[in-house]
Amino acid sequence: MNLPMVKPSAESAVNVRDLHSPRGVRFWLVEDYAVPLVALEFAFRGGASQDPAGKAGAATLVAGLLDEGAGDLDDRAFQQALDDKAIELLFQCERDHIGGRMRALTRHLDRAGELLRLSLLAPRLDAEPFERVREQLNAQLRREANDPAAMASRAWTARVFAGHPYGRPRRGDQTTLAAVERDDLKVLARRLIARDALSVAVVGAIDAARAAWLIDLVFADLPSSGALTAIAEAPFAGLGGVDALDLDVPQSTIRFGRPAPSRCDPDYLACLVLAQVLGGAATLTSRLFREVREKRGLAYSVSAGVTTLDHASYLYGGAATKNERAAESLEVVRAEILDLAHGGLAEDELEKGKRYLIGSYPLRFDTSTKIAGQLTQMQLEGREPSWLVERNAGIAAVTMADARRAAERLFGDGALSVVMVGRPGQG
Amino acid sequence: MTSEACPTSFDAAAAPSAVAAAARVAEFRLANGLDVVVIPDHRAPVVTHMVWYRNGSADDPPGKSGIAHFLEHLMFKGTEAHPQGEFSLRVAEIGGQENAFTGNDYTAFFQRVAKERLGEMMAFEADRMTGLTLADDVVAPERDVVLEERRMHCDADPAAQLSEAVQATLFVHHPYGAPIIGWAHEIERLGREDALAYYARFYTPENAILVVAGDVAPEEARRLAETHYGKIRPRGAPPERRRPKEPAPVARRLVVVNDEKVEQPSWQRSYLAPSHHTAAPGESEALETLAHFLGGGQTSLLYRKLVLEEKKAVAAGAYYMSAAFDDSRFGLYVVPAPGAPLAELDAAVDRVLDAFLAEGVAPDELERAKTRLIAEAIYAQDSQFALARWYGASLATGQTIRDVREWPERIEAVTGEATLAAARKWLDRRHAVTGFLLPPEGQTA
Repeated sequence: MNLPMVKPSAESAVNVRDLHSPRGVRFWLVEDYAVPLVALEFAFRGGASQDPAGKAGAATLVAGLLDEGAGDLDDRAFQQALDDKAIELLFQCERDHIGGRMRALTRHLDRAGELLRLSLLAPRLDAEPFERVREQLNAQLRREANDPAAMASRAWTARVFAGHPYGRPRRGDQTTLAAVERDDLKVLARRLIARDALSVAVVGAIDAARAAWLIDLVFADLPSSGALTAIAEAPFAGLGGVDALDLDVPQSTIRFGRPAPSRCDPDYLACLVLAQVLGGAATLTSRLFREVREKRGLAYSVSAGVTTLDHASYLYGGAATKNERAAESLEVVRAEILDLAHGGLAEDELEKGKRYLIGSYPLRFDTSTKIAGQLTQMQLEGREPSWLVERNAGIAAVTMADARRAAERLFGDGALSVVMVGRPGQG
Repeated sequence: MTSEACPTSFDAAAAPSAVAAAARVAEFRLANGLDVVVIPDHRAPVVTHMVWYRNGSADDPPGKSGIAHFLEHLMFKGTEAHPQGEFSLRVAEIGGQENAFTGNDYTAFFQRVAKERLGEMMAFEADRMTGLTLADDVVAPERDVVLEERRMHCDADPAAQLSEAVQATLFVHHPYGAPIIGWAHEIERLGREDALAYYARFYTPENAILVVAGDVAPEEARRLAETHYGKIRPRGAPPERRRPKEPAPVARRLVVVNDEKVEQPSWQRSYLAPSHHTAAPGESEALETLAHFLGGGQTSLLYRKLVLEEKKAVAAGAYYMSAAFDDSRFGLYVVPAPGAPLAELDAAVDRVLDAFLAEGVAPDELERAKTRLIAEAIYAQDSQFALARWYGASLATGQTIRDVREWPERIEAVTGEATLAAARKWLDRRHAVTGFLLPPEGQTA
């Protein structure tokens, strides 16, 4: 099929302003008055990869405790203050950053700002909520202990990044959580929550002056710098092998992956297109969807994509197939990867992959919360607002030669690091 | 392509049935009986296009559980005009996203695309309302896909198995007792003829609701709908939803799943309760408020008593499923602290409820619950997809646009007395099934 060349719009998906508050905090702003609310998202570079040795999960505990009491409000008073004004405040901790999002009705924005300020500047990390939040985390981990998908992803990460902070469980395990003490959390919070590690975006019914006021209220009094441990680039281990974890369930859960070029690499965007062609999860048309699911009925969910962290980048995918046919699923996946590695990419596949990635980009910006999240992520990745246009232009510019070169790098000899959970082969 | 069948976690159930009160929602009906709702949202040049059919798993014929959901999958297999894969390829090529989902009372299909593509999506979706062709060689692999979906979401997860068992026990006669995805032994026997018979019965303009949300004016949406959907021939009256009614429950029930994969026990309880559609005026809103007061977040009664004060639990909450055509359910859940036996927790929950039934709800707590519910209606307006989904689900379960629009005002009007009266009437253990999730007998978690 001949398709005309893709022409991305030169218009940005959203109208972003890159601003500084009076006290010098950089923030990105999107003004939108359709709904009387303000969404704010922020992140401090650092995160779970900064957990002290033997205390994996400590940063996740910090995130879990920031809304459990601050300043002169104890945990109950703080939660009640949020609820009284229907203020949503959620903290989370990822591998490379710790952060959160706030959403408030414009009429309650003053109070929301005060509470967020307190939570970052004066978190109490009290003993009682500390024990409770740790038990909640333990309960989650126990719940996932024999969940095939959770087991597979944990085992895959541990196998591939053995010896690196990325190889530790992001939320820790019951042993490492037990080793964490309150003082660890205080030290860690002080190391992580600082202005020089901050990215922040504000979206909603708010003008630049008021947004600047809000940003200064919340962030300007934070320590100017934290103390992050340098993290090495993570080597990718275990290529070419399969780890099998026994679990008495009728279906085998498969996770597979291999190294990928990083987000700074000139071939990065071409790799995104290739991953879309191979296993794009948001469409019902990828090669894996067609071959594994539609033609053979081997799996309900099958996909693959490129994951990019600050110190590692990899292709990662999965499927779940009844035990008897699990090996067949994995073989089909391998065959598609090898075909793409050996120049099997067709011209119209490339064009369609590009068209999907370009055309669907605006769908990531259709709620205030999603916009704030996207803009914070862009800042964490070191992008400028111009990336909103450059990204699609870069994808449009990927040629067949680029894609072939990138395919050789992304898929190489097709070797995968694989984890299977279940009883593959058994009927 | 999902079923809302297997509640593997409580998150889905706990989602607010709060529906936003967007002011400029337009509604009209085409000559062939198709209902249309347009929700303008001009913030981004995208639209959400959805078609809802007023049939779901509760309309599966006896012995054919899962047929509504199976047909939902088969709807992607192509028509005479657009053979297999053409619609999905087109959606992907224009950078759109699509999917479908099946509930107890509805089946819905959607695409999210650039606004210029709305007419094209309507053309495809209208074609698929009458033009489905099913070759035998696509039916068998897709049935395997559904069985893998069931294995993934239910058969490998004891918590999902418990939820299925609680539901099946709560509804002793009404088809809400069967899982949306169907029972495995019945899915295995579903075939092409079952799917086509079901399709012929339910996929008609009179039985459908078109919901368009996004960057489109109501007049333009109307013109496009007339062009594409207007030409579908009417089929007469819509199919009637007459399901067997539940007998008055008298027996309190306990169901237990023991499984060696369980390392974290849990407790849940479901009460039979009226839906928005079946409730007396104001009662559904009172139940909504009650769910928030009892178990909406960390300031709620159950969390305060069981987690913060008694320290018997690490999590506790409540939810109410208001969007259902027939009588629905009100649920509670608790995750015990290490070493707290479920029987003891069960008694503790009843003590908290008894005390509340005796004392009632404090005015400031009632206000807090209402403030949050009403704010959720405003937050919902931030997402065209969420709005489209809430309008669709509400209309497909017998509510009107007006019901949806006036929901915040009706929540505002809920009194402490009404909340207490709803609790007294519906939180009756003789109407309830309690579920325990435990390791094998004789082992401790």
